[in-house]
Amino acid sequence: MSAAAALKATAPPEAPRPAIAAEAVPYLPRGVRLRHCDIRKSWFLLAPERAMKLDPVGAHVLQALDGQRSLDGVVDHLVAQFQAPRAQIATDATAFLVQMHERGMVALK
Amino acid sequence: MNETTAINPSARTVEAVPIPVAMLAELTHRCPLSCGYCSNPIELTRRSGELDTETWIRVFREAASMGVLHVHLSGGEPAARKDLPALVSGAVEAGLYTNLITSGVGLTEAAFSDCVARGLDHVQLSVQGVDAESADRIGGYRGGFETKMRVARWVTDEGLPLTVNAVMHRLNLDRLEETIQLAVDLGARRLEVANTQYHGWASINRAALMPTEAQARAASRTVAEARVRLKGRLVIDYVPPDHHARFPKPCMGGWARMGLCIKPEGKVLPCHAAESIPTLDFESVADRSLIEIWKTGSAFTAYRGTHWMPEPCSGCERREIDWGGCRCQAMAYAGDASAADPVCEKSPAHGRLKEAIAVVQATEAEIVPRRMSKPTAARPA
Repeated sequence: MSAAAALKATAPPEAPRPAIAAEAVPYLPRGVRLRHCDIRKSWFLLAPERAMKLDPVGAHVLQALDGQRSLDGVVDHLVAQFQAPRAQIATDATAFLVQMHERGMVALK
Repeated sequence: MNETTAINPSARTVEAVPIPVAMLAELTHRCPLSCGYCSNPIELTRRSGELDTETWIRVFREAASMGVLHVHLSGGEPAARKDLPALVSGAVEAGLYTNLITSGVGLTEAAFSDCVARGLDHVQLSVQGVDAESADRIGGYRGGFETKMRVARWVTDEGLPLTVNAVMHRLNLDRLEETIQLAVDLGARRLEVANTQYHGWASINRAALMPTEAQARAASRTVAEARVRLKGRLVIDYVPPDHHARFPKPCMGGWARMGLCIKPEGKVLPCHAAESIPTLDFESVADRSLIEIWKTGSAFTAYRGTHWMPEPCSGCERREIDWGGCRCQAMAYAGDASAADPVCEKSPAHGRLKEAIAVVQATEAEIVPRRMSKPTAARPA
């Protein structure tokens, strides 16, 4: 077993990314969870043999996933939280969630 | 959006103490199987020497407080410990992502459900072969295969992510395609196609287990094709054997940089096989805190960073890429744990390694099943 495996990044996606439908509900599947590391002063997404360091925006997006909010709801939530332009937040959050979905770190229902 | 996986950029200098990511907790050496490829030491720790529940839980807390994110509960067979659910609680409450590495044999459904209820995150299940006949022959345990199939269903029924770990060697590498299909059929999200590591007991069986050249090449092709075919369904982790590479692998991501291993009796090792290096002294969590051992323990500082490197490593532009490769492999083939990994084409022992591998690959041998201690006549009566 290699400790390095915990840090291995998945291959970057090559194919054009399908969008996530506005009414789809993104959530963290079993075995994937968020944790704040006090030592590294950063949020991490933990999954089998993976530890992904999140920047503050990524952490906020994933924290907004409560299993109830649709993608639209997540964007609304973030807009209210940060008082930022909706279009910008929608673009960033969707791109991030699509990428996480492709890596199996985010599921949709 | 940034998704860096470089957790530890501060480890650029020799003096900096890196923050570990993962800890392997070998809860016990007891195991009902007798796999000839077992990489645990030839002399195993007896039950009476194992750390107690409270000490393990303290170690989990210390590990989390120093930045460890993942703990792998392993063995031996961790289910041989009756306190396994309590240990899962200890790890989960410490905040660790908790992975159970099990053969499935000896794990009851009640104990498993208890572990899940206490927050177990992930299960890694070993398989020795693709059917009862071959698997139980390698594992030396009749009924083992059927048990594993059952345990896999418990895991997927709970909705927990399942990784299948298949240790591959000369006797089963020709059935890699079927092994991949088995992982799919079991509902695994990940498959680790693990090459046998010739440490501990497995070193006795090198000649019986090391795949031939043709097998190794075919395996790489099979994995490459399966990765394309199963994209989005099954992630396959596979690191080809490094004997034919020009440069070594950064073993453990670099010595004492990212991971550590605790043995059943509490000794703390920079890697699972580090005891094959006779010059190292290993400290125990029974005597000193895990944090102190990680920071200043002599086995950890011995090869951490680059300060210890002789030529050709010290002047090499790859010294912070492969970190000198594997210390145990240097010990085994160059006779010196601080030498460059002989896999490296710059190593003076490179030719010797290649010759040794070729000899082993051309040798036929019977596999010696795992036992608690030495298999030879030298064993004390």
